[in-house]
Amino acid sequence: MQQLLALVPALPLLAAVLLMLAATRIGTNGVRILGVGSVALSALLACRIAVAQIGAGWAVQPFDVTLWHWMRIGDFAPDVTLHLDGLSLVMMLVITVIGFLIHLYASAYLDGDPGYARFFACMNLFVAAMLTLVLANDLLLLYVGWEGVGLCSYLLIGFWYDDPANGRAARKAFIVTRVGDTALISGLFLLATSFGTLSIPSLMQHATTSWPIGTAMPTLAAFLLLGGALGKSAQLPLQTWLVDAMAGPTPVSALIHAATMVTAGVYLIARTHVLFALAPDALLVTGLIGAATLLLSGASALVQTDIKRVLAYSTISQIGYMFLALGVGAWDAAIFHLVTHAFFKALLFLAAGAVILRMHHEQDITRMGGLRTAMPGVFVVFAIGSASLAALPLVTAGFYSKEAILGGAWDSGPSGRLLWCAGVVGAFLTALYIFRLLFIVFLGEQHRHPHGVTGWRIGVPLGVLAILAVVGGGLQTPALLGGIAIMPGILGGVFGSASHEGALALLPLVLASLVPLAGIALAWRWYGGGLASRFETQFTGLLLRGWDFDRAYDRMIVQPLMWLVRVNHHDIVDSFYEGLGKLAQRTHAGLSLSENGRVRWYAGWLAAGSVAALAIAVLS
Amino acid sequence: MNALFTLAAIVAVISTTMVVTRTVAVHALLYLVVSLLAVATVFFTLGAAFAAALEVIIYAGAIMILFVFVVMMLNLDRDDADRENTWLTPRVWAGPALLSAVLAGELLYAGIAGHGTIVAAREVGPVQVGLALFGPYLLAVELASLLLLAGLISAYHLGRDSGRGG
Amino acid sequence: MGAVAPANAILLAAILFGLGLAGVLIRRNLIFMLMSIEVMLNATGLAFVAGGARWGQADGQVMFLLVLTLAAAEISVGLALILLLQTRRPTLDSDVGNRLKG
Repeated sequence: MQQLLALVPALPLLAAVLLMLAATRIGTNGVRILGVGSVALSALLACRIAVAQIGAGWAVQPFDVTLWHWMRIGDFAPDVTLHLDGLSLVMMLVITVIGFLIHLYASAYLDGDPGYARFFACMNLFVAAMLTLVLANDLLLLYVGWEGVGLCSYLLIGFWYDDPANGRAARKAFIVTRVGDTALISGLFLLATSFGTLSIPSLMQHATTSWPIGTAMPTLAAFLLLGGALGKSAQLPLQTWLVDAMAGPTPVSALIHAATMVTAGVYLIARTHVLFALAPDALLVTGLIGAATLLLSGASALVQTDIKRVLAYSTISQIGYMFLALGVGAWDAAIFHLVTHAFFKALLFLAAGAVILRMHHEQDITRMGGLRTAMPGVFVVFAIGSASLAALPLVTAGFYSKEAILGGAWDSGPSGRLLWCAGVVGAFLTALYIFRLLFIVFLGEQHRHPHGVTGWRIGVPLGVLAILAVVGGGLQTPALLGGIAIMPGILGGVFGSASHEGALALLPLVLASLVPLAGIALAWRWYGGGLASRFETQFTGLLLRGWDFDRAYDRMIVQPLMWLVRVNHHDIVDSFYEGLGKLAQRTHAGLSLSENGRVRWYAGWLAAGSVAALAIAVLS
Repeated sequence: MNALFTLAAIVAVISTTMVVTRTVAVHALLYLVVSLLAVATVFFTLGAAFAAALEVIIYAGAIMILFVFVVMMLNLDRDDADRENTWLTPRVWAGPALLSAVLAGELLYAGIAGHGTIVAAREVGPVQVGLALFGPYLLAVELASLLLLAGLISAYHLGRDSGRGG
Repeated sequence: MGAVAPANAILLAAILFGLGLAGVLIRRNLIFMLMSIEVMLNATGLAFVAGGARWGQADGQVMFLLVLTLAAAEISVGLALILLLQTRRPTLDSDVGNRLKG
């Protein structure tokens, strides 16, 4: 069974290659079977491995599969090794299972698109790269997956490349994440030169033995890795790309820009948590960035009118929660929230996609409304997803994971209390914006009539994800509410057993539970029209533009660069080399005069040269 | 021996000067033969009898015969000699002559300044030469044979081409 | 019989070399240039033999032999070329060699 682990990423990779090579020959049905089937097989295999590896008390038996020796450069000898422990098992299950559901959904969503095969080739390649990322035992292999998902993200954001705006969005996503990736690869270089290896277990062991807590080296390394994570996970200050990334098809937004790829940063930090534990400063910054991102993008989500942009800001905000959890050292809470977020945010995106599909690709919520009667099933699952996102107490998965994060923050000293406050405010904002969206889209007057019906290939994934978004919370509950500890059991082998289960005080728990209810109530009043007019200010515009980060970057980075480009239009440095070329040409012209084809002329110069050389030899 | 050397040297210099200055090709050729024979005498006085014999047989014999044949085939006449005269104006030859004189002067200076004590020549017989040729210089001999083969083939090729292309 | 000083032979070689060079530079007729080259090669050979005589070694004569080979090969090719030039374009003026085409 353990040897089959390599097949989990290999199957989608094989399917991707086949789809790229044989797209035109196998027909739409063939593409569908190959594209969806490979991920389905992968998911089945992942579940089978999970069943085989989970033992008593939900503890996971970790193991390695070394596929081959990658290269050997002096002492630096990375292997292609897959590593399965609790963390990578959870990630693998999320990627394959949710990936399968989204593939199934996409097979209906993109029916009739001319790029059908290309879409599934990229999606399968993405799944393969993402699995490589989470299964890698070596940071170098992880980096391969890391760049692979970045490439697939680029390809899929710009999937409808006919519209130049989509191409721009894809380039923006690629370039902004590249900033983070530069930091990440620098971090890898630092670690590799310090320890001569990039294998994660030995790296962590070396780090704990040779780097004291709080010194410069681990702090620098942690900050560089954090930079990579910020770019990939769209956190402040590199968050601007994710909203534009919504230019891609909705299943792409669900899989890549909500459920899996954008959480790779969270995974990276959780995977190298030993290193981050050595750098308290980096951890504090992680938490602060998480909190700031959480609040800023939550506020931005309040006023958006594009249904996918609301969800995009929401995603940024929820990943902010995960970073906040990482910042206070609540690793398992971060991963728990990653899982539940994957459930309900994929659900929300897919439900939004179903709405968009039946509204003739209309994404503006002000033109929707009253869809409850026309598509009740979608309304129900969207409501479930919204409730889970808003962390409606007791009945939703989002509640339990958010409580785990807030509990972890509450327990970790004075800075943790501050972060807890930010988290509670964020929860309020979350409930407010998502229910505003829900009310506007599904209640009230019907402006336009949706067409068609929602097919089973869209309905089934929605149903399954809705169930997961409700029962997912049962993976881990506070001691007050049953004390189920499946998630801590699975992750215990990775993060140690020092989790925060049960330590939650009653007061913050109750307080944090009531806040979402207040948010929903306010959303209802706002929707009713009481608040809207008072809210329409200059401030709204700022929120709508996402706090003007794009404009600031344009002023600070793009415009100076463009100025430099204009100044350097004729390439100042190059003129030196052009001058060299001109000099060579002039010299050539001069010397070619001497080449007149006269033998005696040549012989004369030969003799003159000999005379000069001899003169030097004789007279010196 | 010294007198013979001096005499031969003088003959060599004079006849070589004639080679360079004659206008009729056959005359120049005959002076060249004289010059080569004089150098062969110098070889002999230096105790290199083998080299002297080769000089006479191959240079003055074979190579010069080649020249004679070619000059005959070129069918040069009075006009050619006159044209040579028009080409040999002082304006033409002054510069190159000066250049050559400077070079020769430098070589002479190096030759005179170079040796501290005058050492008499020692005789090197054909046996020694033969042993050296087929001992350490075997590879050079092979190379020389290849060079001659190349010369043979190219001369044949060029000659045939001229016969056909006419 | 007083032995000859090889140094004097070297001086003779220098003079002959200079004369040969002057010939190459002055003459425009290819056949005279070729003769002058012969003179220069011969002077080189003389220098080698004199050197060998100075040290009583056979190497000088061996080198002379190689120079001889070189001269023979060079002359055979050079004369063939001269014949060719004479038949194709009836002039032996080296200064029109720059109109050489194909």
